[in-house]
Amino acid sequence: MKLGQSFRLGINGITSNKLRSFLTMLGIIIGVAAVIVLVSLATGTTSSITESISSMGSNLLTVNIMGRGNIGTLTEDEMEDWKLIDGVEKIAPIVSGSAEVKAGTETATASLIGSSADYLDMNQLTLAQGRTVADMDVESRQMVAVIGSEIAETLYEGENPVGQNMKITGSNFTVIGVLESEGSSSTGSSDTRLIMPYTTAQRLLRNGNIRQVSVQVASSEQVESVKTALENLLYEKYQDEDLFNIFDQTEILETLEETTATMSLLVGGIAGISLIVGGIGIMNIMLVSVTERTREIGIRKAIGAKKRHILTQFLVEAVVLSCTGGLIGIAFGIAITKIVGALVPSLSGAVSIPVVIVSFGFSLAIGVVFGVYPANQAAGLNPIEALRYQ
Amino acid sequence: MLDMKKICKTYNMGGEPVHALQDVDFYMDEGEFVAIIGPSGSGKSTLMNVIGCLDVPTSGTYELDGKMVAQMSQDQQATIRNEKIGFIFQNFNLLPKLTAIENVELPLLYRGAGAKERHDRAMEALDKVGLSGRAKHKPMELSGGQQQRVAIARALAGNPPILLADEPIGNLDSRSGREVTELIHDLHQQGHTIILITHNNAQAEEADRKVRIQDGFIVSDEKVIR
Ligand SMILES: Nc1ncnc2c1ncn2[C@@H]1O[C@H](COP(=O)(O)OP(=O)(O)OP(=O)(O)O)[C@@H](O)[C@H]1O
Ligand SMILES: [Mg+2]
Repeated sequence: MKLGQSFRLGINGITSNKLRSFLTMLGIIIGVAAVIVLVSLATGTTSSITESISSMGSNLLTVNIMGRGNIGTLTEDEMEDWKLIDGVEKIAPIVSGSAEVKAGTETATASLIGSSADYLDMNQLTLAQGRTVADMDVESRQMVAVIGSEIAETLYEGENPVGQNMKITGSNFTVIGVLESEGSSSTGSSDTRLIMPYTTAQRLLRNGNIRQVSVQVASSEQVESVKTALENLLYEKYQDEDLFNIFDQTEILETLEETTATMSLLVGGIAGISLIVGGIGIMNIMLVSVTERTREIGIRKAIGAKKRHILTQFLVEAVVLSCTGGLIGIAFGIAITKIVGALVPSLSGAVSIPVVIVSFGFSLAIGVVFGVYPANQAAGLNPIEALRYQ
Repeated sequence: MLDMKKICKTYNMGGEPVHALQDVDFYMDEGEFVAIIGPSGSGKSTLMNVIGCLDVPTSGTYELDGKMVAQMSQDQQATIRNEKIGFIFQNFNLLPKLTAIENVELPLLYRGAGAKERHDRAMEALDKVGLSGRAKHKPMELSGGQQQRVAIARALAGNPPILLADEPIGNLDSRSGREVTELIHDLHQQGHTIILITHNNAQAEEADRKVRIQDGFIVSDEKVIR
């Protein structure tokens, strides 16, 4: 007997009791759909985070200083020394805070960043209008600022912001440039940023300490060596490695990937359990089916069906049941992922193809594993006893 | 072609042994038509099941076409049932979810025949029993006599030399019973070896040989003189 025929027999067995077959498949359907939705949303979201992190430049090191009082301060001279390290390309100190910005009657809240001329370049930000903060502005503590597009929109709707005045915590500033609009991303928008010379920011925020410095390394191969050189310099100064740390992007990415892996494992575990529960449902129904069809099995055996004929008939039935469930689950999973992706903008609706393949393979395996026992029971029946069964 | 010696079949009913067959010696030649007759519970069906390789005897030897059945594997016995023997049961034993022709095709299916061969031979068998017009009907849509004729067609489809009929007309009215009996006689004329189990002495008298069985013993085995 050919496989195609066992397949038809299996399908017959399923369609002859549609409601029961559907209820049996439900466990698999829910399991598979859940895996696809959860894993797709999780991987889609992390990959968008990963993307925005690497778009910030993967050769960027961030030095954080946690020192107390004056010991926390980095001086201009020290930063000049850093530039001598082999591989260091650009350095931008970062002083950050948030501030209320006023122009006329309009008010906006901005995340304030005080930095140097290289900040825009290092963070891959582009100007829509005007110019960026220049070295001259830093030296002479100019009261100038580059603003994000959203702030520009709020404060100067319909006007050209460049050259306009604004007040930040009572001081007068001049707008020198506007950033290109970026739209929201999972790491926060640049549209609400306000960038000024760090010297100006230090005075404005009454915070003399530079606690964060971005360091651009020329090539990714040099990241490690630059990091070590910086660590040595900082250790020389603070004599305590708890007082500073140096982050590089790859480290952040690694942490993120680890988190994703743990999450996927968790989701996979839950889904695996629900698939096994679905498998037990299939086994249960197949056992019921074998009992109900004892007479049929007896008749088939009397006519000359061999053990393997009966075995394949019931095994195929279990596999068709679980695979149909798997396919319906995949359809539901894809549909739900797309819908959620469309409704929630921060989540990606991209379906993870490997997960679709793996979950289909899993439902096939479930059919085989949980179908073997009932099928074996059917194949092992004594023909005479089966024929006598009422 | 069929030779049984000292066949015993004992069932165990709650510690109490039930002797369904006791020291049965039975042989048959090719092309013979044997009727087995006896009261209810005498062991007729048990004997037929042993002959048909559906059941194994507790002791004794059974040789079919020169081969010892006891030494065959289950799959080999299945092959014997498929190729050498056609069963006709009192309660028809058709599969209710399959159509008449699908039921008739079953023995050919387990033999590995292709779709076209199966269909052609099944149609031929249905034609022999006069039911080619009902090929697409389910058993439920047929009368008892028609169902038994479909069952006979199924037994014939694989063209086995031996036909085993266990009270084939027991569940039929007299007219359908007559038709089925005639059909069985026709098949005998065409060369099939036939074993017919019956309660009915008149029906047994129409066979070549009459074997009487009682309490698991063969009590008489004689040629029918017409
Ligand atoms: N599976 C079984 N378990 C226990 N006893 C059985 C079994 N099958 C048959 N028997 C016993 O064996 C004896 C012979 O049974 P069998 O079915 O061969 O009788 P029969 O001659 O065919 O009767 P009937 O004419 O009613 O069909 C009976 O006493 C029956 O109770
Ligand atoms: Mg009987």
